[in-house]
Amino acid sequence: MLELKNVTYKVTENNIDKTIIDGLDLTVEDGKFIVITGPNGGGKSTLARTIMGINKITSGNIILDGEDITEKSITERAKAGISFAFQQPVVFKGIKVLDLLRLAAGTKISVTEACEYLSKVGLCAKEYINREVNSSLSGGELKRIEIATVIARHTKISIFDEPEAGIDLWSFNNLIQVFENIRKTINGTVIIISHQERIINIADEIVVIKDGKVATRGTKEEIYPELVKSSSITGAGCSKLIEEGPVVC
Amino acid sequence: MLDVIQKQLLEEVADLHEVPAGAYNIRANGEMASRNTTANIDIVTKTDGKSGIDIKIKDGTKNESVHIPVVLSQSGIKEMVYNDFYIGDNCDVTIVAGCGIHNSGSKDSEHDGIHRFFVGKNSKVRYVEKHYGSGEGEGKRILNPVTEVYQKENSYVDMEMVQIKGVDSTIRETKAELEKGATLIVHERLMTHGNQSATSIYTVELNGEDSSTDVISRSVAKDTSEQIFEASIVGNNKCNGHAECDAIIMDKAHVVAIPKLDAKNIDAALIHEAAIGKIAGDQLIKLMSLGLTEHEAEEQIINGFLR
Ligand SMILES: Nc1ncnc2c1ncn2[C@@H]1O[C@H](COP(=O)(O)OP(=O)(O)OP(=O)(O)O)[C@@H](O)[C@H]1O
Ligand SMILES: [Mg+2]
Repeated sequence: MLELKNVTYKVTENNIDKTIIDGLDLTVEDGKFIVITGPNGGGKSTLARTIMGINKITSGNIILDGEDITEKSITERAKAGISFAFQQPVVFKGIKVLDLLRLAAGTKISVTEACEYLSKVGLCAKEYINREVNSSLSGGELKRIEIATVIARHTKISIFDEPEAGIDLWSFNNLIQVFENIRKTINGTVIIISHQERIINIADEIVVIKDGKVATRGTKEEIYPELVKSSSITGAGCSKLIEEGPVVC
Repeated sequence: MLDVIQKQLLEEVADLHEVPAGAYNIRANGEMASRNTTANIDIVTKTDGKSGIDIKIKDGTKNESVHIPVVLSQSGIKEMVYNDFYIGDNCDVTIVAGCGIHNSGSKDSEHDGIHRFFVGKNSKVRYVEKHYGSGEGEGKRILNPVTEVYQKENSYVDMEMVQIKGVDSTIRETKAELEKGATLIVHERLMTHGNQSATSIYTVELNGEDSSTDVISRSVAKDTSEQIFEASIVGNNKCNGHAECDAIIMDKAHVVAIPKLDAKNIDAALIHEAAIGKIAGDQLIKLMSLGLTEHEAEEQIINGFLR
């Protein structure tokens, strides 16, 4: 079980404190499939980065299976069973797709095994296994490789930040299966940050993050109609603009 | 016969476990240790008083290789070697050079070499040169190679220069002159650590129409080491030149990149790119999120970068 207790994350920009995550509480049970959604800039990616330990929280506690991991490093959290697929995949120079998958798996997996992970994200493995993970790969290709590195880790908590972004429709269907499998095969927790209706549809629970807080949380039956009605997903950006000035959306 | 240390050096610089196939000349502690020639490739010791060899490759020699590794395992040796390669027309050959120094004594060991390449028309040459140093002695391991390349029409030379470990001080000077349609590609990979210093100076003169060059250097400077990379491309005709220096700087190292482009023709297209910076933070973060420690992540990033 993953628990966030009163988590706050602030940054200082031009000498002004900016609160990005604001006293957030969230509990995620084991084996759950959670979708985090909400307006752009609401703090979803930041939240994921604080769970992975990339952003050090200003106050509050993060607890994994009863153990306080607030002070733990990225490496320690990774070893404790947290994985994170970045919204913007990182590129390297000289590191090949196979190398990255081996680092992710933590052992020197065979080429065949590595290829299986790539097939799962809809990449024709032969063509990619020896390519460098650099900016010559397309955005969608990088995104899939990023997802594959998380799948290869088989951890109890897998966080994906907008995995569907840039992925074509055919692969998208497979991707959904992949997420289902993570849950079935290792009883892992899957947390997906997404704006996609089809991903929201298969979630056990939806958490709406807005202004660095949990705005609402519930099953898709409870949350989805509300989301659409108040268009708090799509409309939030506009309402912010309206607050700041007379912009017509 | 080579001893164990010399054999290890040979493995490092020329990937040789046994004597190579094809032509070779192995030089150990200043003397010829063994040599083999083939019907197309002749190797002769210089007779003009200078130390060194002439390698003569007949016109039309295809898919053959020459290995000319040098190993020094005796502390305090200082040598100056002249090797000339005469490559005929229409050849396709691989030349593997390289120098390994093992110094466990207190005196400096130094190998200075001048390699000259005369490449015939339409010939294709792949040249690999690796430098390696080992041994715990206080004496320095010093390597100062000079390479001169003279390329005839439509020849193609691809040079791979590697120095990853153990050489205390090196000044590498590479000069090339290219005729019509000739191409020179250079890939340099360099890592310095401790208080080593390495200087690489490239001067490529693109004299012939449609000649081209691409000089690419990737380097990592650790600890208090120092690197200077100087690439000068002269465009005397309609030509294409590109030089790139990409360096990772760590600890208290010092890296200098000096570009020089000199165009004397309106159709000369010359580009220089240089980037020096520490390891990208997001690369470290990504690998750490896969469970690597910061140190392990660094190693992986550097290994990939220098591959
Ligand atoms: N280091 C930082 N400095 C300043 N502002 C930051 C920093 N990190 C995040 N922010 C701001 O915090 C807010 C939340 O960003 P975050 O990336 O978490 O949003 P998000 O919910 O993931 O949005 P999206 O749906 O667009 O991906 C944004 O307004 C962003 O500009
Ligand atoms: Mg985001």
